[in-house]
Amino acid sequence: MATISSTTLPGVRLPPGSSTRLKKRRLRSSSILPGLRPTLGYTLAYLCLIVLIPLSALVLKTLQLSPHQIWALLTSPRVVAAFRVSLACSLAAAIITAVLGLIVAWVLARYAFPGKRLFDALVDLPFALPTAVAGIVLTTLYAPQGWLGQWLALAGIKVAFTPLGIVVAMIFIGLPFVVRTIQPVLQELDPAMEEAAASLGAHYGHTFAKVIFPNILPALLTGFALAFARGIGEYGSVIFIAGNMPMRSEIVPLLIVTQLQQFDYSSATAIALGMLLISFTLLLIINLLQLWTRRHAGKDAKK
Amino acid sequence: MFLQFRHFRSIAANRAQAKRLLLGLSLGLLGLGNAHADTTLLNVSYDPTRELYAAYNPIFAEHWKKTTGETVTIKTSNGGSGSQARAVIDGLGADVVTLALAYDIEAIADKTGKIPSNWQSRLPDNSAPYTSTIVFLVRKGNPKHIRDWNDLIRKDVQIITPNPKTSGGARWNYLAAWGYELKQQLGDLAVLKDPAAKDKIAAAQEKAKEFVARIYKNTPVLDSGARGATNTFVKRGIGDVLLAWENEALLSKYKLKGDFDIVIPSISILAEPPVAVVDGNADKHGAGKVAKAYLDYLYSPAGQKLAAANYYRPQHPEFADAKDLALLPKVALFKLQDVFGTWQQVQKTHFSNGGVFDQIYLK
Repeated sequence: MATISSTTLPGVRLPPGSSTRLKKRRLRSSSILPGLRPTLGYTLAYLCLIVLIPLSALVLKTLQLSPHQIWALLTSPRVVAAFRVSLACSLAAAIITAVLGLIVAWVLARYAFPGKRLFDALVDLPFALPTAVAGIVLTTLYAPQGWLGQWLALAGIKVAFTPLGIVVAMIFIGLPFVVRTIQPVLQELDPAMEEAAASLGAHYGHTFAKVIFPNILPALLTGFALAFARGIGEYGSVIFIAGNMPMRSEIVPLLIVTQLQQFDYSSATAIALGMLLISFTLLLIINLLQLWTRRHAGKDAKK
Repeated sequence: MFLQFRHFRSIAANRAQAKRLLLGLSLGLLGLGNAHADTTLLNVSYDPTRELYAAYNPIFAEHWKKTTGETVTIKTSNGGSGSQARAVIDGLGADVVTLALAYDIEAIADKTGKIPSNWQSRLPDNSAPYTSTIVFLVRKGNPKHIRDWNDLIRKDVQIITPNPKTSGGARWNYLAAWGYELKQQLGDLAVLKDPAAKDKIAAAQEKAKEFVARIYKNTPVLDSGARGATNTFVKRGIGDVLLAWENEALLSKYKLKGDFDIVIPSISILAEPPVAVVDGNADKHGAGKVAKAYLDYLYSPAGQKLAAANYYRPQHPEFADAKDLALLPKVALFKLQDVFGTWQQVQKTHFSNGGVFDQIYLK
């Protein structure tokens, strides 16, 4: 239990230094804020019901297979190929989304222009839209006869029904994660820091690299991690545009559905578990990186 | 006196019914449901039967009212055959299942025990009241001159078919192509039953595998379901030929007035979408009798006529309208069990992990 409350959960961004603050507060017998016990109990019960019990069912179902069988399944060429497609595409998509999202967040946080509120609201649209709808719309646009696809086809670029299509779909669904994590940090950034940098004679680019970027880096990493995680797990929008060719453009979630279609529940959960472990490891690494950058930024600020 | 007695009984019955209804309603509201299921029937079916059962349900309800005086409300749930079977396995309270593959019903029988293992012999014709087959849908005027299966391995032809791993219809497509090449190699599919021709059969099977592999090499997109594949072909304009259920092809051509032609290959597979009562659920709901009657009536003149009107091949064409039958041309059809054996064997050899379909892509 203690491990759950003290580790930073993936994707949850706490303000700098809050993890240590939390620990101190937990050590004290009575807190200033009332209701720690009931709320903590509620949180744990809720997490158990919604997250931990379903996930343990996943493990239990998988254990119907022997370790040898699980290993054989996870290392079979088709599964490995699907993992490669899923991971590579979501990584590429997350990197692109991080750059694009940073620009969008920058524009929304820093400039005033007509229709800004509308654009601000548009950013959340991929959250609200059923992913299958997004997939069908993107496929229609990027298919060789689609509005965009026909021009791209002239240039010899095929998007729909290739891994590139998967990346496009993942960028679409990942964008709000990046924008919504960076935007508030940019908005709350103290203008005095930039003014100070400018008055000390720094170029604007220099100010960005040395002052602004380190401050938004933890948020950018969070957005990247969220977009990446979402990309790996994405099913609805991807299967329509992917073409789903085994060994080439088949994603892991589709492979899981394939196993279910064969009524092979334990293979499906085994692949899901493999995916979960890989994603969790990657998210953990990103979290550690985030922690490190935050400390680093903190030290810089103290200097 | 007698009248009065009847009157009394009907009031009592009404009261009992009202009580049951109230109880059912409150239980239903509580999410416990099914307390009044003796008058409700749930038919869990696959995608292309949507129109067929929408027409069949009221006709059966009327028939049941006429013969027994009981009112029955029928609901039909549609979806991919495999996922529908999975829903029933996971507890969806289907009274009858009408699916695309016997394999899916076998899975329910196997995993839940709610259907006896001899289910397929409980109704005539392997429990398939209507059949269908696989045909080609091509662009208007058939610009690529596609006439038969061997045109599908030409380098200039692109084929749209869903993934047999996720789509029931796609499995029929795959097996139909395989059967065609076997016939080309052996001359007559009856040779398969001849133990003396073992080597010849093995060689033919190898050729068939190559043939099917070449078809999938010409397939640029593998959609996960039949409807998705139809969309890719019709709406996105990809591919020269769509391998499709005959009833879906005819439905798109005549009801939806699509801009394409239907090509009937020289030989295809007899697809038998089977039906079965889910005894475990129906008995619990007290709907065993009506569930059985619901399926039996599919074989009646009225049911057969309706099947033909919805572009399925009726088992008793004598009951169907001539104009409906005219749309279903004579095709040489082979049966799954004559060429491939049972669904369990088919699944194991061709579609399970590491099976022939996987091997095609691993090369």
